[in-house]
Amino acid sequence: MREMIKMVIVLTVLSSFSGGLLAALRDGTQARIENQQLEFVKGPAIRKILEGASNNPVADRFKIMDGEVERSFFVGVVDGKASRIAFESFGKGGFGGDVGLMVGVNLDDDKLVGLGVTTHSETPGMGSKAKDDPGFGAQFVGLSTEKPIQVSKDGGQISAISGATITSRAVCSGATEAIRIYQKLKPQLMDKVKAFK
Amino acid sequence: MAKSIAQEFVKGLWDEVPPFRLVLGLCPTLAVTKTVENGIGMGMATTFVLVCSNILISALRKVIPSKVRIAAFIIVIATFVTVVELLMQAFVYPLFLKLGIFIPLIVVNCILLGRAEAFASKNAIMPSLADGMGIGIGYTIALASLGAVRELFGAGTLTIWEKSIPIMGAAFEPFKFMVEAPGAFICLGLMLCFMNIVGKK
Repeated sequence: MREMIKMVIVLTVLSSFSGGLLAALRDGTQARIENQQLEFVKGPAIRKILEGASNNPVADRFKIMDGEVERSFFVGVVDGKASRIAFESFGKGGFGGDVGLMVGVNLDDDKLVGLGVTTHSETPGMGSKAKDDPGFGAQFVGLSTEKPIQVSKDGGQISAISGATITSRAVCSGATEAIRIYQKLKPQLMDKVKAFK
Repeated sequence: MAKSIAQEFVKGLWDEVPPFRLVLGLCPTLAVTKTVENGIGMGMATTFVLVCSNILISALRKVIPSKVRIAAFIIVIATFVTVVELLMQAFVYPLFLKLGIFIPLIVVNCILLGRAEAFASKNAIMPSLADGMGIGIGYTIALASLGAVRELFGAGTLTIWEKSIPIMGAAFEPFKFMVEAPGAFICLGLMLCFMNIVGKK
């Protein structure tokens, strides 16, 4: 009986100590982690997509509810007009899981202004080129948001990275998903963006 | 227990290098050693957890009842792994992104539980500290060398602190097989073989 009580006490004390330590550490690092995530994962992609914007898109962001999901949108002011918008989407079915994308759209003519891969677990040197090779993302610039985006093998507009068709397909499906989000939320986006004028 | 503290430290560097001698901790060894940097990062994270958990478990070895020792060890190890995970996210975020799921998976790394059970729970704090440091640094060196070989042949570069340094020159055609999973197995096998040949002499 005494041993039993000792076991319970030791485990309880150990667990509560561990819980307390982790909660304190989490509180202490939470703000920093959020900043790091924006800065390292999305920051470079956002800035590249909204190139030439006179504001700081990472700071000028707003959120819109899309059904159950809350989505962040980053606004780019070009020539004194808030006309560019960048937001996140995910390409399903990459070689190592989902591929995170940042997609930019021009609100004036409904065309893509840029696309960048933010997070991925693709094979270094092969699928990772979707992120590292600027030529791949550049293919998306100027595409219309009217029809889905596909790799040329599937009858689309994008030439896949050699040796990484699966990754290229995932990026295209993410871009198509982004178009869908854009079409769906466009009225709300227009409303929100007015505030920046 | 006639071994000195220095001996406990040194044994982890050659005689008991985890992936090559004990053949433990192979999951991260094979999965993250695509570049030198990943190998070093993973090794350092594991070393931190190993040293901290060894010290704490050694300090608590008389308090923890033997029937629940495994549960207690896991709590201690899991706590330190989460500490590492949060700290890495806050300070070295790019590296955290590359190591990804393998940081939380340090919890189930056999090396940690193995050292806790086989060493820290039976020895005083100082030898446990030395044991943790030795095994951890040995593991880091093992991962870094495996990463170096794979990256050198698989991509022709060596990555240190976010910079890819080209080593092989422009004419080198990367042997991509080496950065894939089968390349990891073959590379590990050859290194095990090398360690055994050197050890026999």
